[in-house]
Amino acid sequence: MRSQSERPNPLFRNLNAKIASIPMVLTALVVFVGGTAWTVLYSFTNSKLLPRWKFVGLDQYERLWSTPRWLVSIENLFIYGALSLVFSFVIGFLLAAMLDRKIRFEDTFRTIFLYPFALSFIVTGLVWQWLLNPDFGVQHVVRSLGWESFTFNPLYDRELVIYGILIAALWQGTGLIMCLMLAGLRSIDEDIWKAARVDGIPVWKTYLFIVIPMLRPVFVTTLVIIASAIVKVYDLVVAQTGGGPGHASEVPAKYVYDYMFLGQNLGQGFAASTMMLLSVVIVIVPWAYLEFGRRGRR
Amino acid sequence: MRYRSVTAMLAASAAALAFAGSAGATDLEVTHWWTSGGEAAAVAELAKAFDATGNHWVDGAIAGSGDTARPIMVSRITGGDPMGATQFNHGRQAEELVEAGLMRNLDAVAAKENWKGVINPPSLLEGCMLDGHVYCVPVNIHAWQWLWLSNKAFADAGVKVPTNWNEFVAAAPALEKAGITPLALGKQGWQEGGLFNNLLLAIGGKDLYLKVYQDKDAEAAGGAEMAKVFKAADDARKMAKNSNVQDWNQATNLVITGKAGGQSMGDWAQGEFQVAGQVAGKDYSCLVGLGMPNATITTGGDSFYFPKLADEAKSKAQEELASVMLSPKTQVAFNLKKGSMPVRGDVDLTTANDCMKKGLEVLKAGNVIKSTDELISPDTNTQFNDLMAEFFAKQDMSVEDAQKRFADIIGSAD
Repeated sequence: MRSQSERPNPLFRNLNAKIASIPMVLTALVVFVGGTAWTVLYSFTNSKLLPRWKFVGLDQYERLWSTPRWLVSIENLFIYGALSLVFSFVIGFLLAAMLDRKIRFEDTFRTIFLYPFALSFIVTGLVWQWLLNPDFGVQHVVRSLGWESFTFNPLYDRELVIYGILIAALWQGTGLIMCLMLAGLRSIDEDIWKAARVDGIPVWKTYLFIVIPMLRPVFVTTLVIIASAIVKVYDLVVAQTGGGPGHASEVPAKYVYDYMFLGQNLGQGFAASTMMLLSVVIVIVPWAYLEFGRRGRR
Repeated sequence: MRYRSVTAMLAASAAALAFAGSAGATDLEVTHWWTSGGEAAAVAELAKAFDATGNHWVDGAIAGSGDTARPIMVSRITGGDPMGATQFNHGRQAEELVEAGLMRNLDAVAAKENWKGVINPPSLLEGCMLDGHVYCVPVNIHAWQWLWLSNKAFADAGVKVPTNWNEFVAAAPALEKAGITPLALGKQGWQEGGLFNNLLLAIGGKDLYLKVYQDKDAEAAGGAEMAKVFKAADDARKMAKNSNVQDWNQATNLVITGKAGGQSMGDWAQGEFQVAGQVAGKDYSCLVGLGMPNATITTGGDSFYFPKLADEAKSKAQEELASVMLSPKTQVAFNLKKGSMPVRGDVDLTTANDCMKKGLEVLKAGNVIKSTDELISPDTNTQFNDLMAEFFAKQDMSVEDAQKRFADIIGSAD
């Protein structure tokens, strides 16, 4: 009995820290959770320019999923997402590994690779809009060098346009990924490399089987950064193609914005953003369960 | 006519003087999205006229376009930080703000200055009214229904400059053979939608246009008459196949340089020809209503709305601004710079160029019709533009499919 009453109530453990975090907890609850709940709730109404509480059931969702533009957006997000994830990782890691081999002028290269990240997506989009324009950009240059039949026109081809956007996104983003990976590589103990060399393990095997598994925390951070960038991609598309040709490069975030503000149809925009939230939840929840659930048991 | 305009001018200046005497200097912020060279010069005329009443115009230009600016304006008004006055296009963009009671009515000024009598066409004032109250001041008329043609392109192709849409379509193969893109078209939904509506009005006629957009008659939208319009849109799609540009002014530039035969775009495109130093009739030709018989123009354009303010002095200044914007002197000065047409029929525009005069004649004859901005909601308009963007980009999308989806949109329109 006595020993139990002496044990402090877990609620009051680290009381100072808990009081200090109250403002942030409130912000999170009211702004993030509250705002999200409000959005989801109003996605079941027929709100136009101003939110109004007139319940219409699943009408907005039915309209959403029968709109070709939305379906194209989702498809694009999947293509762009999968490729962007893979290529960011591969290119970022390869660049980092090369810089990590103690090459000359490492600082210069690092700066060059990281520079595009200093540009906003709007600027990146405009630069690549011109570079990929058939009449002014790469195609024009190659043709003027004498290869008359050369064709490289992704932005005006419905099938290829999403890859044109991918190129610009990778150009802009891989520098950051490289830096994250490089920081991870630098934190690997020199002794591990020495030990691997003594054991006669080839360099590529050392990377693949020793270094990469050790970089797991860095990879998780990188994954979160890339994934969030994928879901919210908007400005790049607006600057580079405006969603065109036709709807070929539309993305969900653009659909949400266009219907909320240009179409003055909040209900439709809310329904679309709720679907975006749902897709994030579907990805995040199992991952968080695996990641944190296991740590809890450990 | 002459006498009337003089009296109107006198009345307006007398009113302006009376106001100037009574009010002190009040700052009034006016938001708008007129930021290009010609537009900024035009807006400066409004500011000058307002400052002359003893008040002070605080310029709240929002760069980008209407699409960028409108959400900012709306959120300022709904968020409780209203400006003194704000631009919107004629029509339904501010409808809900008015319904929510966020805009003040201008009945007193309108009655005093007889807006009902002077604003021409009357549909403009109707567009400003809700339940019999006036909520906005129309300041200009921009018509969409123009076909701009490059005389050089047709000379290069060895065909004569067309005088209507059908001749233009017939001349397309010759243009293509000469390596010229027949139709310049920026690959954005609103431009493609605009072109389509121009075809609808020119080929389908006024009645069909109203049946579709005013009565929202899905049967007419899916009918045989409408099929002709879609056929024409299909021609346009083929003619614009090689037009690899996005912005409307880039497309206009193709026409100016003779790389494209023509472009169907509103009268704001004329500013580009003027800046490039081209002369109407010599370097370029303009066909109102695409040159088809019974040319009709839509009376889109810009209006100013006045949010409700608590400040007495500012409310007073709002009325003065409304009055100044409609005064004949300001109307002439503003619209000549803007390249648009005045909203009152009793002002004299002898300095307007040939193309603008053609437009004014149509306006004077009363061949006007409400623009789609006034007839359908922004939501429907966005859906329609989406469909057009898809139709013009997918060469393999069949005309029947497109028409069926168009009829669906019209059927569920509001």
